[in-house]
Amino acid sequence: MTVKVMIPSPLRPFAGKRDSAEFSARTVGEALGHLTTQFGELRKHLFTEDGKLRSFVNVYVNDEDIRYLAKENTPTKDGDTISIIPSIAGGCIQFCHSERSEESALAFEIDHRIGS
Amino acid sequence: MADATELWISGQLAEKIRAHGAETYPHECCGALLGRDSTALPEIDRGKGALAPAREILQLFPLVNRRDDSPRNRFSVTAEDVLEAEKAARQQGLEVVGWYHSHPDHPARPSEYDRDHAWPWYSYIIVSVQNGAPQDMTSWRLNDDRAEFSPEGIEIRHRAAV
Repeated sequence: MTVKVMIPSPLRPFAGKRDSAEFSARTVGEALGHLTTQFGELRKHLFTEDGKLRSFVNVYVNDEDIRYLAKENTPTKDGDTISIIPSIAGGCIQFCHSERSEESALAFEIDHRIGS
Repeated sequence: MADATELWISGQLAEKIRAHGAETYPHECCGALLGRDSTALPEIDRGKGALAPAREILQLFPLVNRRDDSPRNRFSVTAEDVLEAEKAARQQGLEVVGWYHSHPDHPARPSEYDRDHAWPWYSYIIVSVQNGAPQDMTSWRLNDDRAEFSPEGIEIRHRAAV
């Protein structure tokens, strides 16, 4: 059975600039496996080092989010469209933490100097 | 993408990003950058030797920060928001070429958290907002190996937004 995988703009440079690719697959996981075998550079952007889908990578079969189906074991049928949809996140949180750590380290150093 | 990249944006749109950061302070603002990217086109369509910019922002799509739990230091754009932004871009003959967000009371440089969650190819504009007043604005692209961001030049152009 043939399924079509839609590739989002940020990943097209790693897939020969294609916006979609077709594979014969029985599950979503199988289709994504074929995709990352054909375009190896995609793997690190879709999966973590231990092979799990990254949290900001959303995969839909037709209009259904696979998180609410059987995740990567979600079965596919002939003609299905699998879409990879980015979600976007960021912020200064770890930045803030590291700055606080630097501030704490500095405060400690100053205290230490004063104390010595 | 490892090569130095440059982003063109009008002064008017740059000002809108800064104003959005001031408006949502002390929370982070976020939104999509809609524009054109000639590098996304096949080689034959690019027009060799043409002076077209590689990437130009022509419209903004401001979004609501979905992080209710920690909006001061995180932002989140859902898949549904991304689809909405892509639809808005298509309707104007544009595409989503990046995202912007603010760093309230922190510098305009990406955090580890930004890098962990970034996609390649997109431009990520960050505006620093100090005590409610927008300051530096920078743009970044994730390197292909995901190890770090590279700074992207911002060229302010004097032309009206579409």
